[in-house]
Amino acid sequence: MSDEGLECVPVRDEADIVVARQRGRTLAEHAGFRGTDSTIIATVISELARNIVDYASRGELCYGLEQGSTSAIIIVARDSGPGIEDLATAMTDGYSTGGGLGLGLPGVRRLMDEFEIESSPGKGTVVWTRKVLRS
Amino acid sequence: MSVPILKQGDFLLASVQSALSDTDLLTLRDELVERVGRFRSTGVIIDVTPLDVMDSFATRNLRMIAHMTRLRGAETVIVGIQPEVAFSMVQLGLTLEGVATALDLEEGLELLKSKSATRFDYE
Amino acid sequence: MAQASVGEAMGTSDELRKELVEHFRKVREPLRIRWVELMTEKGLLPGLSTEEIETESLTIYDTCVNCLATGSYEDAEAYAARMASRGVLQSMSAEQILGGMLTLRDVYGRSLFERYRDDMSKLFLALDMYEPVANQILAIVALAFIQEREKVVRVQQEAIRELSTPVLPLRASGLLLLPIIGMIDSQRARQLTEQLLGGIREYRAKVVVLDITGVPVVDSKVANHLVQTVEASRLMGATVIVSGLSPEIAQTLVTIGVDLSRLTTVVDLEAGVEVADRLLGYRLNKLDLPSPAHIQSERRPE
Repeated sequence: MSDEGLECVPVRDEADIVVARQRGRTLAEHAGFRGTDSTIIATVISELARNIVDYASRGELCYGLEQGSTSAIIIVARDSGPGIEDLATAMTDGYSTGGGLGLGLPGVRRLMDEFEIESSPGKGTVVWTRKVLRS
Repeated sequence: MSVPILKQGDFLLASVQSALSDTDLLTLRDELVERVGRFRSTGVIIDVTPLDVMDSFATRNLRMIAHMTRLRGAETVIVGIQPEVAFSMVQLGLTLEGVATALDLEEGLELLKSKSATRFDYE
Repeated sequence: MAQASVGEAMGTSDELRKELVEHFRKVREPLRIRWVELMTEKGLLPGLSTEEIETESLTIYDTCVNCLATGSYEDAEAYAARMASRGVLQSMSAEQILGGMLTLRDVYGRSLFERYRDDMSKLFLALDMYEPVANQILAIVALAFIQEREKVVRVQQEAIRELSTPVLPLRASGLLLLPIIGMIDSQRARQLTEQLLGGIREYRAKVVVLDITGVPVVDSKVANHLVQTVEASRLMGATVIVSGLSPEIAQTLVTIGVDLSRLTTVVDLEAGVEVADRLLGYRLNKLDLPSPAHIQSERRPE
């Protein structure tokens, strides 16, 4: 997971959540995402940023755009917080119940086209997601 | 930026702005609860039409508002959730369970009136 | 005749290539005519004019020989791309395209047999050189054909998708009908949901009857898509009644752990509309008249 070409927004408090969300939405719309997709992206950013504020106290939300024959947006949430001990439970998809541990991660995975997470106690968390622009 | 709350007879109407911060929402919660008590309102409508994102925090607190106002004798209806927002919410598992919803202000008022009518019958 | 050594054979492969190319160019007219003859016999050329047949067959023949001469397949790929963009591949059948190419391959091959029938070892060398080229060209054409077919299928699927999820407003006040026909996959479920939510807003619907009688497979994935659609609709103030979910399937879903409690289900469309009417405060009164029967509806307050 390299960082080239990613623009990052620091996330420390709830005001940063709004900034991160708006920045992400602007970039998404610039890449051509509209309507539901644009809302989905903003919602995902909001949830990921909120997790950072609630559990890690500081981190960052990074964005990247892929443009070409297919366009896509990359959203990475990174923090050096306590890390998730039980990743399996955190990623349990309970469909309508919002998933395990209240982190909304299964939902994020469902909303995005690609999703990867690295987290362990003491090492912080990195969530990498990607959404492709549908024509 | 605080959320304006209007009194319409027995009901309170709150219209949210699109840039709703966490603090705004918490303030709204406290103010609604206070006014429901003060005016003995029987209904609250929260219009979220301009909201382009509804995340877990907003959902949690809207449910809390509905719960707390109900304890004081008022029914809360959330109106104006947009299609894209509804879709994203459900995908994330945020269902606003236990909270009444309606399409818009007009429908919300109608719903509150019919609920009040029913309540009145039983009193 | 002594068999040429491998070393000698390798050294003369360029010469052999030149020889083959020269041969094919020399016998171009007779071979091409033979090819067209065979294709006509097999019925592969209906609907093409004589000029078209002549032009196309010349082009294809020359393209193949060029590939043999240069060792590069650019010409063949360019030709296949041109055919694709002209829509030729879409309007012709697999039989015509592949059959035509296979026939040409045979015609070239037979010609080599004839030419080298007195020199078996040379024949084998010639075939070794020729066959991979012929096969590669065939593969290029076949691939182009398949890709065009897949494009058509995708376009048709999209059209079917659009046609098969109409959102129908029923009555003036707030009832939407959404009959679904065909399989529901994730993409369709999403499209369906977006259409429905848009319809709820546009028609100010308070009740939706979502009929899945025409959905052949209802598994846990489909059931969960339905639940999500229902919940998203509820957030917009609309109640969704799912009709056409057979009791047996419902039972099966519950048994495998799907939570259907969030769904209001009825047996069929008619029952669904009935329930919807009740929710909206309508009652249908059938008047007993000699003929024809009249159905009158009046709004009753709840």
